[in-house]
Amino acid sequence: MTYLARPKIELPGQKTNAIGLTLRDYEGALSTLCAGCGHDSITAALVQALWEMSLRPEMLIKMSGIGCSSKTPAYFVHGAHGFNSVHGRMPSVATGALAANRDLVGLGVSGDGDSLSIGFGQFGHVIRRNVNMLYLIENNGVYGLTKGQFSASADAGSTSKKGEVNQMQNINAVATAISMGASFVGRGFSGDREQLVPLIKSAIAHPGCAVLDVISPCVTFNDHEGSTKSYAYTREHKLRATEADLIPPRAEIRASYYAGDTYPVRLHDGSTILLKKADPDYDPTRRNNALGYLERHRRHGEIVTGVLYIDQNVPDMHEQSRSTEAPLRDLPFETLSPGRDALAELQKGMK
Amino acid sequence: MSTTQNRINDFVLKIATVNGTGSASANGLLMKALFRMGVPVTGKNLFPSNIQGLPTWYEVRANHQGYMSRCSRVDVMVAMNAQTYQKDLAEVSPGGFLVYDATWPRERDLNRHDITVFGVPLSKMCNENFEVARVRILMKNVMYVGVLAALLDLDLEVIKQLLQETFSSKPKLIDANLKAIMLGYEYAQKHFTCPLPIRAETMGDNTGNILITGNEAIGLGCLYAGATVGAWYPITPSTGVMDAFTSYCERFRVDPETGDRNYMIIQAEDELAAAGMVIGANWVGARAFTPTSGPGISLMSEFIGFAYYAEIPSVFINVQRVGPSTGMPTRTQQSDTMMCAYASHGDTRHPLLFPSNPHECFDMAVRAFDLAERLQTPVFLLSDLDIGMNDWMVPELDWDDAYRPDRGKVLRPDDLAEMDRFIRYLDTDGDGIPHRTLPGDDPKGAYFTRGSGHNKYGGYTEDSDEYQEILDRLLVKWDTAKTLVPDAILSPSSKKTKLGILAYGSSDGAVIEARDRLAELGIHVNYLRIRAFPFSAEVHEFLEAHDTIYVVEQNRDAQMKALLMLEANDIADRLVSILHYNGMPIPSECVVTGVSRHQGLEVAA
Repeated sequence: MTYLARPKIELPGQKTNAIGLTLRDYEGALSTLCAGCGHDSITAALVQALWEMSLRPEMLIKMSGIGCSSKTPAYFVHGAHGFNSVHGRMPSVATGALAANRDLVGLGVSGDGDSLSIGFGQFGHVIRRNVNMLYLIENNGVYGLTKGQFSASADAGSTSKKGEVNQMQNINAVATAISMGASFVGRGFSGDREQLVPLIKSAIAHPGCAVLDVISPCVTFNDHEGSTKSYAYTREHKLRATEADLIPPRAEIRASYYAGDTYPVRLHDGSTILLKKADPDYDPTRRNNALGYLERHRRHGEIVTGVLYIDQNVPDMHEQSRSTEAPLRDLPFETLSPGRDALAELQKGMK
Repeated sequence: MSTTQNRINDFVLKIATVNGTGSASANGLLMKALFRMGVPVTGKNLFPSNIQGLPTWYEVRANHQGYMSRCSRVDVMVAMNAQTYQKDLAEVSPGGFLVYDATWPRERDLNRHDITVFGVPLSKMCNENFEVARVRILMKNVMYVGVLAALLDLDLEVIKQLLQETFSSKPKLIDANLKAIMLGYEYAQKHFTCPLPIRAETMGDNTGNILITGNEAIGLGCLYAGATVGAWYPITPSTGVMDAFTSYCERFRVDPETGDRNYMIIQAEDELAAAGMVIGANWVGARAFTPTSGPGISLMSEFIGFAYYAEIPSVFINVQRVGPSTGMPTRTQQSDTMMCAYASHGDTRHPLLFPSNPHECFDMAVRAFDLAERLQTPVFLLSDLDIGMNDWMVPELDWDDAYRPDRGKVLRPDDLAEMDRFIRYLDTDGDGIPHRTLPGDDPKGAYFTRGSGHNKYGGYTEDSDEYQEILDRLLVKWDTAKTLVPDAILSPSSKKTKLGILAYGSSDGAVIEARDRLAELGIHVNYLRIRAFPFSAEVHEFLEAHDTIYVVEQNRDAQMKALLMLEANDIADRLVSILHYNGMPIPSECVVTGVSRHQGLEVAA
């Protein structure tokens, strides 16, 4: 596998966003994943979402662990720093990075093995700390790079490519995240970009740890009959609980947004996540309602998608720590080191 | 040495108590009283891995010559713990003294005729004079301070002053403590011949010195170095580092009006996460560190290799305890030397700093950040439980207000603006150190940080030449590190000699004292104290200049000796190990015996 630079072609009349950048400015190196991989569709959705949000590329940090999913940060926003860490430990590196500079936009890409097996501990604790970032799980139920072992998200009773039946219960990323106190939990499907792009935008705008579980079929090892993470199965069993749209800060909030099953979630920065209930039974602001709904539909083999839970008022890591508004890494040394006289004074108590 | 003759300001006092009875403040009072009388003093806390109920000892060594190491003699034992009485009695050196609580009778067979035993009805006096149960327990400890003040001729005015300062916010406690001290003092004066031939005498006021633990000094060093992110998982014996950093930050880094904090301390879910957080924060450009101990380093090792290969500054503080495995968490050793030098899989090596006392802990903590950022690599500060948790008398810490952090080769937007192209892992200066950029600065500086094989552009590679180019450059950087780490310190003998001692860290005190004893025996040795790995030029010169080199260290497997043999040629037959690894701080006798035996002399311990 090699590192391929994508040839940059300037097309006259290419559309620019609010900061004058084109979609191409949000792309990265060429993907080396298998043709048809769900992850590449997610990458495309990320490019679209970040471009639409007019995010300054240098303010983004692209964090990942190990696995197919974790390769993808190389494939979008070439102007952002990326960090391909060790297996299952992306959350801790992201936590440290965002502790040091709270102005950065954290985007973590992980997989089902990376988050639900080797990194299950860090997955739980980044949620608990409510680190302000998008935590995106590209979920295919299988270990691709090591050739087709079941992952912890594989459903009980589903079969591997070789016909082996998975006996163990699966770890459900969204139910786990909700029950651990995540402040934003959503689920999407790599094959539904129309739904995924606004989901990503909402998750990034959310001021806290936003967990987005995206079903992303593995065309090589898990797209067969008997798999519950295949394109065919997911299309057939996918159910929209809510639909989301992100409305930027200065946009007008129309009265109609409050009508019926549509309601706005106002965020601190003035932007609004406009939620529309696709199913009137669903209430994404109540944890037990969300979990009960997920469980009811899980029993029928259905995959519930949309914004599944949101509480925009949970204090994030910096609020919990009462750290200063300015990024810690930018604080002048003079404000950090108390100096000679203070040291002498302090040592009077050591005599 | 006989203990019956007059011995002024040269004694070891050992107090045996039960964990959780509040003896720490009484023992601290004794230490400080001696300190303020100008007597060089050290205190060693020998404690169990337990919260309440198990035996614990505190050793105070007063020595007018300033010897700081542990001494295996016990001149005065205060036996407050019935559970360990028999063992404590046996430990008193011949001619020594023992104080015990005579409220209840002792068994007859528990006696010795070669020492003097003083019974003081401490519990009885406490019960008669104090009402509340908890106060009675606490005052029993303070009362033995009074007894010792009479026996050892401690300055009562100094003790009173210390009580005033300690309890300035709680005046009621001053009265109770003073009452307990005077009860003990007067009882001893009335019933025993005071003072003892072994006693203290004012010899100055210790101006210019402080009492401090290594953990406090490291916490303070991190504060002064400008660290803003600390991530950790609690582990004995390193917890005191973060406790100290936290309290200093609360004092110096909180905006008095808004309450905003100029720092963030993250208690991680485990050491793996703590390492990841430190690496993430440093990657973004903050100074970040983690304090831990051996088991933590084992867990962090994957990330340590990552930071080595991806070239991310990071500071790892290892307050070593006894291994292997969980080992003895409350005992001391230097047994992580080898592990830290080469932590992680693949070809990795890391700079290590070896402070030998809290004063150096402070200086080297600051230096660790400078080195980590200059070299863009993990740097280890290797303290140990003896340095970290015991009370040391050291010269006052000093700070140069002109100091500014060495942030190393960081390109900010202005620098990038002048460049055609930024290449992350390119050695432009020939020192093996590339330039780095910080997230949040400029798209032109963007690169991909990865632990997978990469070329100089930071791109993924499986190309042999591209891979090897990076690995070889890291060796060039290692050579640069040799010129940047703290140099070794030579203490030459007054006589010309071909014998040498190499030691590091907390073995220093034992070596200093041992060299004086050995000189009295006619054995003269030069001493080089290693302060860092990789070894600087002086270490190699010292190895070449001596026929026999004793390597003193506190581990079983002669880890420093092994490092020396890996780094220097043809020295194996000239290195002689002197090892101490039972978990107690190394006493000078260990070094005296080791060297003299090897030189064909038998010395009485």
